[in-house]
Amino acid sequence: MSFYDYLFLFGAMGLVTYLPRACPLLYFAHRQMPQWLIDWLALIPVAILSALLAPTLFADGATRSFSFGKLELLVAIPTLLLSLKTRSLGGTVLVGMLLYWLGGMIF
Amino acid sequence: MNLRQGILKTLRQGANAAWPICLGYMPIGLALGVLAQKAGLPWWAVAMMSILVFAGSAQFICVAMLAAGASLSAIIATTFVVNLRHVLMSSALAVYLPGVSRRFLALYSYGVTDESFAVNLTRFREGDWDRWRALAVNHLANGTWLLATIGGALVGQFVPPGALGIDYALTGMFICLLVFQLRGRIYVITGLLAALVSTAWFLLIPGDSYIVGASISAATLGYLLQRRRLRER
Repeated sequence: MSFYDYLFLFGAMGLVTYLPRACPLLYFAHRQMPQWLIDWLALIPVAILSALLAPTLFADGATRSFSFGKLELLVAIPTLLLSLKTRSLGGTVLVGMLLYWLGGMIF
Repeated sequence: MNLRQGILKTLRQGANAAWPICLGYMPIGLALGVLAQKAGLPWWAVAMMSILVFAGSAQFICVAMLAAGASLSAIIATTFVVNLRHVLMSSALAVYLPGVSRRFLALYSYGVTDESFAVNLTRFREGDWDRWRALAVNHLANGTWLLATIGGALVGQFVPPGALGIDYALTGMFICLLVFQLRGRIYVITGLLAALVSTAWFLLIPGDSYIVGASISAATLGYLLQRRRLRER
């Protein structure tokens, strides 16, 4: 592909990525949102984070099958407890990485 | 305090919040760069993609589709669908950016990713956060992503995979940010519902619709449960 082919492809991909990011912000930041929407949106972050995480922990990404006891899940348990106890993002990330690294050597 | 010191301070505070994202982006960006290089993309095309698109999963899908010989229109349509989830994130962020200038929002929107959304929303909710620091988080993450993907395209094949457990950085970050969101019973219930629905959706339906599908279902169920409980009182 030539420079202009790439520019067209990535430009178009960028546009369809940018619009869903920008439109809600530009629209809602200048309007009073209805209370039900605010209440519903308050539950969106926990739902998104959980939806992003759960398949990583409970399913095999390559075969798309259920998998219980993946290293990701085993490491997630102490990582979760640590973040509940310390409420420290940096500490949790570093300990999670360390455990995953050590776990990868053992399993 | 003069302007320069102010900007440096904002950048430092942004970096304080953004470093787990940056750490997590390094192995993913390197991996993307390696794959892109193997698929025949020159390093400058990888750079162009990271600047113009800046969306991790869509970029991986794009490289895989290019390698498989897919049409450009199919790649663009897939990118649109994969990134529709950001509508939810931008809407949730708008709660914390009322009346902010359109010019700022236009720049800010560029950096809304799963990771920057999760970090900035948590900080906004805790209170001690402003839009400039949030913007710094977005752009520091973007800069790291750009350098990591170019690095991957140039020298990625020499980096051992899985070094230092760095592949777990984003998972660990999401776990902790999820814990920060658990502010009451309804949040725990919504989180559990989302986990259940997303795993089932992921197993049954191909593609990436499980993120949007499970988030909307779980938040709606949680909202209805919450409303019924309030009415019963």
